[in-house]
Amino acid sequence: MTATTVPPTTSVADRLKVPSDVRVSTIKGARFARNRIATGAMAAAFVLAMLPLLFVMGNVLIKGGDVISPKFLTRDIPTTAAATELKNDCATVSKYDPTASCKTSAAPKIAEPKPGIGPAVVGTLITTLLSAALAIPLGLLAAIYLNEYGKRNRLANFIRFMTDVMTGVPSIVMGIFIYTLWVLQFGQGRSALAASLALACLMLPIVVRSSEEMLRLVPNALREGSAALGSRTWKTTLRVVLPTALPGLVSGSMLAVARAAGETAPVLFTIGAANTVAAATTVTGQSTTLSFQIYNLITNGGKISPQMAWGAALTLIVLVMVLTTIARTVSARFTMR
Amino acid sequence: MTVVDLPTNGPAPASAEMASALASSKGAGPDKAFRGLAVAAGVTVLVILALITYSTTSSAWPAFTKYGAGYFFSTDWRPNQQHFGILGFAWGTAVISFIGVLLAVPTSIGIALFATEVAPRRLRRSITTVMDLLAAVPSVVFGLVGVLVLRVPLGKLFRSIGDSVHGVPVLRDVLGQGSSGTSLLTAGIVLAIMITPIITSVSREVFNTVPRNDKEGALALGATRSEMITGVVIPHSLGGLTGAVMLGLGRAMGETIAVTLLIGASSSPRITANILGPSDAMPAAIARNLSEASGDFRAALIGLGVTLFVITMVINVGSRRLVAVVDRRMKGAA
Repeated sequence: MTATTVPPTTSVADRLKVPSDVRVSTIKGARFARNRIATGAMAAAFVLAMLPLLFVMGNVLIKGGDVISPKFLTRDIPTTAAATELKNDCATVSKYDPTASCKTSAAPKIAEPKPGIGPAVVGTLITTLLSAALAIPLGLLAAIYLNEYGKRNRLANFIRFMTDVMTGVPSIVMGIFIYTLWVLQFGQGRSALAASLALACLMLPIVVRSSEEMLRLVPNALREGSAALGSRTWKTTLRVVLPTALPGLVSGSMLAVARAAGETAPVLFTIGAANTVAAATTVTGQSTTLSFQIYNLITNGGKISPQMAWGAALTLIVLVMVLTTIARTVSARFTMR
Repeated sequence: MTVVDLPTNGPAPASAEMASALASSKGAGPDKAFRGLAVAAGVTVLVILALITYSTTSSAWPAFTKYGAGYFFSTDWRPNQQHFGILGFAWGTAVISFIGVLLAVPTSIGIALFATEVAPRRLRRSITTVMDLLAAVPSVVFGLVGVLVLRVPLGKLFRSIGDSVHGVPVLRDVLGQGSSGTSLLTAGIVLAIMITPIITSVSREVFNTVPRNDKEGALALGATRSEMITGVVIPHSLGGLTGAVMLGLGRAMGETIAVTLLIGASSSPRITANILGPSDAMPAAIARNLSEASGDFRAALIGLGVTLFVITMVINVGSRRLVAVVDRRMKGAA
């Protein structure tokens, strides 16, 4: 730990100021080639991981960009979106869904339904905010217990371990849990609230662990200084520790929110369905979310479903990416100080 | 550590608590209340986890007791005839997770090595960004791109592969009968993409624990960078890497939506070696059917969830233990 004070970015050769031609020329033949190949393979692995990202992003941007508009984001979901008799415009169908079979001579043309995902946008905002309101205060308090009160005692260690275990619980199990307990056993029915509960279960362990990490970064000298002035732990925590750790806490929570906003599995059995913005503006009633709507659109099929799915996917990705990027920027600022 | 160093991390020294104790009793009430609140929040986490276990298990119990061992060790899944054997789904999950891990591990370790040992500082940050972005793409979006863009070309590819290995003994069984683009292999590849970020980030942390002196020693002895990596970095990190791989495996097994959309939805999956054919996985079967199921069918589906929960929990606990043990050993060595 005390070994070296040299910044870890400089290599040995850099520090010794070895000329670059010497470095290369000392290693020759097969060993040199093997080193080159290994380095190339590592770089190739990175490129290989970038390909799916670029492919997915490119597709979503191009196909979703065509669809997305303020009207699309606020309009109700057309109930006729899945109607098969609308499959008469082969050009549009094959543009968005090359797998769809379409007959040019099919049924007479009806007024084309206007794509819209307003309820899903509203539902996503409501469920995400609600789950954040449930999970973040609870998770933060638990993290305060772990880092400020429990520290290394047996209960704190047990909670820490169980939180780690909970992080690994598959998201669909959270959905099953709320479905069995809230929807079936308590008879509360499917609702935006039920979906939020499932998402909150998913977020909770992430919030606890990231908040605890951030609280741990607060120097103990601050706590000791506050204690020396006669403050008790609760005052020290609220007045000194939390304000110091605030940027980190915000970024950790936002990452958890971003994760919850993109999740589909916990919502599947808990949210029900909603087709109008008015119906989706609810807490205790049935609703829908962007990710859930995309899943529905893919599995149910229909003429304008694919284009709606692409538009919804772009909306969802933008939402998640904005949250993630803000979180990363905040935490980068924080760690640099 | 030198004597004058003040510890800036780890548990607070007793002095802080002593100072509060020595202060007047003013404010003791709020402190107790706040402490109680914090303890309650911590215990709530435990209660929720206990509730998850209890509520799901009790809902699945009828299936476990009624079908007994046959529930776990039979591939006969016919909800209409009240036959529930989940082995076929377990097989599907095992195969796609295996494919996912098999593809993701070399890639992730390569990226992690590239990021820790090779890449210049600038590039390191963009590697982190790319991995963050990849991790942030919602599962359903992978499913969407897979279904609407890749399914048709993949189907053509699979059929031509199936035709070309028609007469070859072993390959015929593994790569034959690729009908549509949705298959075990498709789901496995998507899983590989989805678990690469987590394996990479844990591997990076593991590689960062390798003592600098060891690495520089190897270089000073004339080792090339690749020899330094195989001789010092990898042996030092084996335990931690195992943990990282298991963590990725746990994620892969629980991944639901992308798999549901891309595995092909076979109503009664068999144990088959044909990775180009449709099958089904445990979470996918739940996702597709639970909403409309009732009675024994519902219990059987929730039982799938409980089985999945138990398996992922065992894997996760194991991997955390491994990473923790390795972490402690490395810190001792440094």
